[in-house]
Amino acid sequence: MTDPAPETQERPASLARHPARIVTRPVMRFQERIYLIEVWHGLVITSRHFFVNLWRHTRRAIGLVARAGAVTIQYPDDPAVVAKRGRTRHRLMKREDGTPRCVACMMCETVCPAKCIKIVAEESPDVMIEKRAKIFDIDMGLCVFCGYCVEACPEDAIRMDTGQVEMSSFNRQDMVWNMQELLGNKKKDPAANVPRL
Amino acid sequence: MKTVKFTINGKPVEAKENSLVIDAAREAGIEVPHYCYHPALGNPGVCRLCMVEVEGMPKLQVSCRLPAKEGMVVRSNSGPARTAQAASLEFHLANHPLDCPVCDQAGECYLQDYYMRFGGYTSTMREDKVHKHKRLDIGPNVMLDSERCILCTRCVRFLDKVTKTSELGIFNRGSRSELLPYPGMSVDNPYSGNITDICPVGALTDKNFRFKVRVWYLDRTPSICTGCARGCSVEVHTNTKRPWHTDGKRVARLLPRHNPEVNDYWICDEGRYGFDYIDAPTRLKAISVMENDKLRGLTWDETVAALPAELSALCAEKGSSGLAVVLSGTLSNEDLFAARLLFVDTLKAGHLLVKTGPDQEGEEDALLRRKEKVPNLRGAQALGFGGRIQESSWGNILDGITSGKIWGLYVVDRDPSAVWGEKANGALSRLRFSAYQGVNVTHFADSARWVLPSCAYVEESGTFANFQGHVQKAKAALQPLGDARPDWMIWGAFVRALGGSFPFDSARGIFTHLTETESEFKGLRWDGLGKDGVKLAGSREPQTAGAA
Repeated sequence: MTDPAPETQERPASLARHPARIVTRPVMRFQERIYLIEVWHGLVITSRHFFVNLWRHTRRAIGLVARAGAVTIQYPDDPAVVAKRGRTRHRLMKREDGTPRCVACMMCETVCPAKCIKIVAEESPDVMIEKRAKIFDIDMGLCVFCGYCVEACPEDAIRMDTGQVEMSSFNRQDMVWNMQELLGNKKKDPAANVPRL
Repeated sequence: MKTVKFTINGKPVEAKENSLVIDAAREAGIEVPHYCYHPALGNPGVCRLCMVEVEGMPKLQVSCRLPAKEGMVVRSNSGPARTAQAASLEFHLANHPLDCPVCDQAGECYLQDYYMRFGGYTSTMREDKVHKHKRLDIGPNVMLDSERCILCTRCVRFLDKVTKTSELGIFNRGSRSELLPYPGMSVDNPYSGNITDICPVGALTDKNFRFKVRVWYLDRTPSICTGCARGCSVEVHTNTKRPWHTDGKRVARLLPRHNPEVNDYWICDEGRYGFDYIDAPTRLKAISVMENDKLRGLTWDETVAALPAELSALCAEKGSSGLAVVLSGTLSNEDLFAARLLFVDTLKAGHLLVKTGPDQEGEEDALLRRKEKVPNLRGAQALGFGGRIQESSWGNILDGITSGKIWGLYVVDRDPSAVWGEKANGALSRLRFSAYQGVNVTHFADSARWVLPSCAYVEESGTFANFQGHVQKAKAALQPLGDARPDWMIWGAFVRALGGSFPFDSARGIFTHLTETESEFKGLRWDGLGKDGVKLAGSREPQTAGAA
């Protein structure tokens, strides 16, 4: 371990323009140092929360107010609750005949601040559609879930309303979702490439 | 011609009498929206977009047909003018499909641009759009979408006036008017790509570029086309940030750049699509040397230590008259200067060849294309090749090799087997020394002892003099591929290795040296070449005949 820098050390020149804010650490009093009293203080706080919540739940149960007290969710045993308008994992939309709505206009790829979208366009056999995506990959490992792609899409082809927030994988390649997976045609199995230990 | 003074939007301007108001406005930095008017193609006045208000005239005027007169007061941004422009634009959009998401023109489309700047924003059209032909294959390079066409007739006029092939016309009447090729015709003239550039909307798009990459991903670098001795001004559009769009190819397209001295607004299809070799799989990326029938990779340091030593030892042993050097007109003035310093002044090679042979000649026509398919023959001439420095020929070199007089052959960017055919195989095996320095692999490179990768012209800055003696600068648009280096840098290092002096570290430095020492380059400046380029001393107006 290296020695901590002495407090009076001169600030580097690069920080000279930013005035330093001195933070003084509070010194522990005797009462805090003997520990037992502070443990008791902590218990008081916990108990206060318990009884306040008990009161709020009771109040709702007997019909006094509509709002309940705080709830603890047993994540990950219970599923995470995501607000309906929350931005979650993307999906690609389909036309009525099942083909992707995406016309590969590159608006989402252009607007994406994380540069996580990769599209390659190709000629569509349907002359009225003209252009479609050959490759449409989103790297969830890079995505910042800003929702700009949804805003930019002129065809309503991409949405972030799946409610899915768990996309972890065991390697970086598996964080990339391809077009068939985003369309829901193929299931993405995060456990597909579990490393052998 | 008399000049007249008048005002546009309150700004005083000066123009030739009876020149067009729209031109005067553009020169004054005021953009009047327009589609049908093109400086090289005339002003039919069909798009009705360039409406301006003129004091004393009861009605609005189209500025592309309005001659400039003394004391005129023109307004392009007044209420009535703006209303008329917005109304015309609304008509242009009446049948336009608004398929910008799938349209390649999006991003450089004048319908988009003018709509944002001059448009009315709310359409009052309630009628159904008239549907026309979509995705019509009208030629080897051009795709037509009639629905997107706004009937400005620029392409029709280009094919009538410039190429004189007249393949396209406007058919039917009223809102059903449609741009189509004449029955049985296809737009397959050697300049067909130009109609995709002059099309202000996405009706005519380039098949080669179609759906590849969005135009806003591209970087633009002013450069020149090295496809023939014309040396048209072009803009190189490169896609390096999102390589997946163009399959990893860095050059996405070449577009002509307006240069009244050289190519006006146009470029031929051969030049426009002739950039594939830059990112082709045949590009040379590493140095190799054949030793005991085995290829060995080398670094530049090792090469600079070995190759010039080998050459000078052979020159001393067998006489430098037995060394033949085949240079190419694709080299820039700076490259040729370094070549002259190495092969002529230092090694004193017996045979030198720059001029084009059957390997670098092709079709020519009266418009732009030249027979010699290299950009810098005039530059080579200005540097003394073919004059002070005697040039050999392909035939002489072959004879020399077969008779055993020539022991070494150094070829740059050319392929002897393309000229000599079958005869080459036997001859080349008799060489003691053979080196190929170039951009792409050729037949000769397969058999050469030394193979050195050099930069394509988009990877190094350089100057080229076209057949009129017009010197233009091509700016580097890309990083060199692999181990490739500019030719002048390679030869400069060889000169230094042989004990000579080569105090340059940039093409700019060499060019400045040329302007100080070479009579033809006197008076030129690297920065003074600008956008359009400058003529060589020997090719300037009064003395054209004698010198060139």
